[in-house]
Amino acid sequence: MFELLGIPPQALFGQLLLGLINGAFYAMLSLGLAVIFGLLNVINFTHGAQYMMGAFGAWMLLNYLGIPFWGALVLSPLVVAVIGMVIERTLLRRLYHLDHLYGLLLTFGLALIIEGLFRRQYGSSGLPYDNPLPGGTNLGFMFLPNYRGFVVVASLVVCLATWYVIERTKLGSYLRAATERPDLVQAFGIDVPRMITLTYGFGVGLAALAGVLAAPAYQVSPTMGSNLIIIVFAVVVIGGMGSIMGAIVTGFGLGVIEGLTKVFYPEASSTVIFVIMAIVLMVKPAGLFGTAK
Amino acid sequence: MSTSPTTAAPPAATVRTPRTGMLALFGIAAVAVMLVAPFGVYPVFLMKVMCFALFACAFNLLLGYTGLLSFGHAMFFGGAAYICAHTIKVLGFSPEIGILAGVAFAAFLGLLAGLLAIRRQGIYFAMVTLALAQMFFFFCLQAPFTGGEDGLQGVPRRPLFGLIDISKDINLYYVVLAIFVFGFLVIYRTIHSPFGHVLKAIRENEPRAISLGYRANQYKLLAFVLSAALTGLAGSTKVLVFQLASLTDVAWQMSGEVVLMTLVGGMGTILGPIVGAAIIVTMQNYLAGLGEWVLVIQGVIFVAAVSLFRRGIVGEIIAIVSYYRSGKQQP
Repeated sequence: MFELLGIPPQALFGQLLLGLINGAFYAMLSLGLAVIFGLLNVINFTHGAQYMMGAFGAWMLLNYLGIPFWGALVLSPLVVAVIGMVIERTLLRRLYHLDHLYGLLLTFGLALIIEGLFRRQYGSSGLPYDNPLPGGTNLGFMFLPNYRGFVVVASLVVCLATWYVIERTKLGSYLRAATERPDLVQAFGIDVPRMITLTYGFGVGLAALAGVLAAPAYQVSPTMGSNLIIIVFAVVVIGGMGSIMGAIVTGFGLGVIEGLTKVFYPEASSTVIFVIMAIVLMVKPAGLFGTAK
Repeated sequence: MSTSPTTAAPPAATVRTPRTGMLALFGIAAVAVMLVAPFGVYPVFLMKVMCFALFACAFNLLLGYTGLLSFGHAMFFGGAAYICAHTIKVLGFSPEIGILAGVAFAAFLGLLAGLLAIRRQGIYFAMVTLALAQMFFFFCLQAPFTGGEDGLQGVPRRPLFGLIDISKDINLYYVVLAIFVFGFLVIYRTIHSPFGHVLKAIRENEPRAISLGYRANQYKLLAFVLSAALTGLAGSTKVLVFQLASLTDVAWQMSGEVVLMTLVGGMGTILGPIVGAAIIVTMQNYLAGLGEWVLVIQGVIFVAAVSLFRRGIVGEIIAIVSYYRSGKQQP
């Protein structure tokens, strides 16, 4: 058995895989944040809570209605997206003409409400969710649990599909145009307010989808979102919100770096992304893929 | 451009400030009330309110008067608390040295965080400060001197300056009152100094302030450090009151709480943060038995404040008063 820098390959590749999974969640969440910010000019602080709602949605569908993981993978994001669109229509919409701060504060308040309600109902400790793809494959150099492989592939597909829709289709061109000049797009007869609602729903649905994927990988817990969202904010600062591909690459990249840190210097694993953020701010304040704003 | 510079910046820019004489009179009356208050109300509760009111006032210096939303002020509050507690409990210094150490540390941390955070603007500024505070939280979680999950408990209340016995709550109350009044006057003086006016100019229109020759980033950094130092003063004072420094003080929820206090009271008003802190601390005291509902209620207040009364309680009162005084239409 060979060793890399004194680390057994099993541990190294295992952490790399975990890093890729974390990176998948970072990518999906920062992608949603970027899409929402692009059109709504709102930093969606509720994003973490909506990720948590996605995971809880899957848990509830299974335990209350008996709907298995694969059904929840579709249903849960849809439900959370609809709730998100209601929030957009009733609350967020009234803040667009104001400073961006208010959108952040409102969504922060919503995140507190949602997290508080779930904590009140389900306690702070996690609930288990059975692995829908038990077993694994031996790749020779490492043992790959099937479900973990599925998460990485599925999130990669979702991210790339999102990139394709936004950058390469007609619908995406409307979205990009509305991001630049909503008034002009509206003048061309496109229903921008409806587009805003749907975009918010899409971003939120993406967060909920990440939540469903996370449910079997981690425990389902009311605090899972608030812990994650702050890291995702750092990811967004590092990548900059200007580019879709940038968000995907930064998300996966930072997940892998975090995984490697767990192998080589575990003490720093919880802070490494913030340290990278500090360095990026010093060297390239606009973010790796961002434009000065 | 010359008539109304208010674009999308935080509100309360057009609100008139009352006359200085009136305010001085009001201040003297308020201090007089505070001098006799501990005979009617539980002093520890009042001290808690004053610590958080000072925290919120320091925060408001940044949000209300410079237009910078920091979502990481817990790192200065909790960081100073840890340093103060460590200096007093482990190193065995007297309380005034502990407070000075806490303030110095918060100012230093503010300088570091400020240098990084002012490189981004608006919404990114909030995210950067939040992320930096989270980094500091993880540092405190792992660093040995903070006592991890237990925190630093049982910090002794040694005599202040070797003279004043602060082990009695009533004595400590007047010390905390003096610290609070001092901090408040520093903030009041800063806001009404030429420096404070430049800050307001930056808040209203940064490019214009720069074009007038002001180095906006240096002003923002100085405001950030000042706010951090005063936040540290509040955090250190809190250690004397509760004899405790813990992870709660550095967690992101604490950063959110101070935003809530300032928002509810009225950002960009002098008295708003005090009113907001009093309301939120009172609410937490009365609702402590409700557990997780406190989080929900805080969230509801956030949503209500943003949706219904963005100027905050004091801000709305000032707006109504000046509406009746001037007889003009207020926005």
